[in-house]
Formats: sequence, C-alpha cells, structure tokens
Amino acid sequence: MASQVITITSGKGGVGKTTATANLGIALAQRGRRVVCLDADIGLRNLDVVMGLENRIVYDLVDVIEQRAHLRQALIQDKRLPELFLLPAAQTREKTAINETQMRALCAQLKTEFDFILVDSPAGIEHGFKNALAPADQVLVVVTPEVSSVRDADRIIGLVEATEKPAPQLILNRMQPTLIKRGEMLDIADVLEILAIELIGIVPEDETIITSANRGQPAVLLDHSAAGAAFIRIARRLLGEQVPFGALEEPSLLARLANFFRR
Amino acid sequence: MFSRLLGRSAPSAQVAKQRLQLVLVQDRTSISAETLNLLKDEIIAVIARYIEIDQEHVQVSIAPNNAGHQLVASIPVRSSRRERPLTPRANGAPPAA
Ligand SMILES: Nc1ncnc2c1ncn2[C@@H]1O[C@H](COP(=O)(O)OP(=O)(O)OP(=O)(O)O)[C@@H](O)[C@H]1O
Ligand SMILES: [Mg+2]
Repeated sequence: MASQVITITSGKGGVGKTTATANLGIALAQRGRRVVCLDADIGLRNLDVVMGLENRIVYDLVDVIEQRAHLRQALIQDKRLPELFLLPAAQTREKTAINETQMRALCAQLKTEFDFILVDSPAGIEHGFKNALAPADQVLVVVTPEVSSVRDADRIIGLVEATEKPAPQLILNRMQPTLIKRGEMLDIADVLEILAIELIGIVPEDETIITSANRGQPAVLLDHSAAGAAFIRIARRLLGEQVPFGALEEPSLLARLANFFRR
Repeated sequence: MFSRLLGRSAPSAQVAKQRLQLVLVQDRTSISAETLNLLKDEIIAVIARYIEIDQEHVQVSIAPNNAGHQLVASIPVRSSRRERPLTPRANGAPPAA
C-alpha cells in the first residue's frame, strides 16, 4: 500500500481528534506499519501529552519548517512501539507560522519514510484547519452525537467536498448505548442520514479514555478498553480489512464483566 | 417517561434530529429562516392579489432532493365549499354521507 496522509479533523473543538490520532497511530504501529503522528495544532499542542511523549520534545514542526532543525532531529520515537513517531507542534507560535505549501512539502518528505502520516487538525475552519487539510490523501471527521458537533461536521464535510480529495469518512465518538436506547441521544443511523458520508468507526463513551490520557498511555494499549478496541477496528479498516460493524459496537459481555471485577 | 406517554414531549434525540435537518438546510444553502419568512410574506401578497388563499396555512421551506435543494411552497386555496373538495372518486363509489 502506498504511503498515506490521513487528516483527523472535526470543526467543533474537544470532540476527540487528538484522542483518535494517538490511538490510531498506536494501533497502526502495533500492526507493523511505520507511523508518524503529526500535531498540526500549533499553539495548543496536546498530542504529545496524550501519547505520553511530552518530556522528550527538543524541536518541533515549526523548527523543521524554518530549518532550525532537521526532520530527523524533531521526530520522537515511541519507546513502546519503535515503528511509531511523533512530530510535535510548536507551543509558542501562531497557526500562521506555517502555510499549506510548507505542509504539503513536509508531508511529501515524511511519505518517503512512513506508511501513515496521521495529522491531528486543530478545531475550527481557519488557517490551522486548512494547513492540516492541504496534505491529506484521506480525511477522517470526528463527530459526537450532539447537535452542535454534527452541524460543525457538516460544514467541514462541505469544505472537504469542495476540494479534489476523496469524500471524508466519519468517526462517531462518545456514543452512549443506554442514552440512545432511551431515545435521548442521536443514534448512528440519524447521524449518517444527516451527514450522508461513509462511516469508518463507532467509539463508545468510555472512562478508560480519560484514565489512559491521564497516564499518557492511549487506550489502545489497554486490554479491556471498549474504546481502545473500537480504535483498533478503525485501524484495521484503514488497512483495508473488512471489519463488520457490530450493533453500536458495544463491549462484549466478557469485557464488561472483566471491567466490573476489576473495580 | 409519563410525559412522553401523554405525548407532551418527544424524546430529545428526535428533537435534535429535526432541529439539525432544519439548520443544516439553512447552512448548506445560506438561506436563513428570516429570509424565508420575508419571502413567504411576499409570496402571500402576490398570490392573494389573484386568488383567495388560506394565508394562515401557507408554508415556504427549502427541502433537500436528490439533485440538491428545492424551494417548496404549499399554498392552500380557499373554496366556498372547503369541507368537500372536488376530488375524483374511484370506482364510481357513492358519495360519502
Ligand atoms: N470516547 C471517549 N470517551 C470518554 N472521553 C472521551 C472520549 N473521546 C474523547 N474524550 C475526552 O474528551 C476530551 C477531548 O478530547 P480530545 O482532546 O481528543 O479532543 P480534540 O478534538 O482533540 O480537542 P481540541 O479541539 O481541543 O483539539 C478529552 O478530555 C478526552 O479524554
Ligand atoms: Mg486536539
């Protein structure tokens, strides 16, 4: 398979872009692919802490683009998975420190070394989003089942569809089966009908996302995380596997029992 | 729970879906609810000059269709015998009492 730049975006902030980027990066690297997670959220960098690599940053994306550092010097190798790297965002610069042409050039260079370049987009539809979108071969839109999130996702989908890029695919995050059953949360079919794009995965609301982010150990690394399992299914779909969608992709009874007894 | 059985409030997911469908049509077409209201008033004014219509029940909306969006206007016409519209009857059935 040729190298791919996959941009993870959403429009609305705080819906799970960084969480998805970190977990998909790990799941793909666990499957033997060379992966770099690129934090394009300049000024609000977070991917480093979610991945647990914040203490190892020396140079960042802007240093590379402004040629203060070589790409090799800025890439941080993950000790847990030698195939996984992080290219951190600059924390003290503005989104306008880089432009679309520079992002395309950087990703072209990364493509010679990596199978997957996962770009964690900032929220919004302005400069930072455009930088993240520019190099994308494929776009994943993260949405939560709320009116504001779905509305913003629709806007993003329109912007992606206005480019030459293939239609984006949808990650439905923070789904709560019990609320959906009561009719108090938009369900999968509702969101898909409204947004009319292809689904690539459903991630449940799951406290292991929070506890694992606390530790800098993304949920994919845990054994009993329903959300982690959901991200692994998405990674397998990205690798071209046909992975059936379970009803709401609920954790298996066994996993739930295991969770229960661990308390 | 009871309020739902009594039909007082729809489950919130259904409300969310309906609100989204309306607001997304506005977003996608850049036509605001306000614009539609102004348009509706003008349509009523023009048509009422020629035809007697039920102004209370005029509806003007943008609806998605397979080719994109279409403007849909529903304009009930008043007739002198509103309670019995002249619809063709199938099978020559006898008129209802
Ligand atoms: N499936 C989930 N279950 C529970 N919590 C979640 C889930 N997904 C994300 N979260 C929590 O939501 C918060 C926001 O997630 P995240 O930082 O990944 O969003 P983001 O889209 O990258 O935000 P921003 O727009 O600020 O970059 C985090 O606290 C994260 O732990
Ligand atoms: Mg983020």
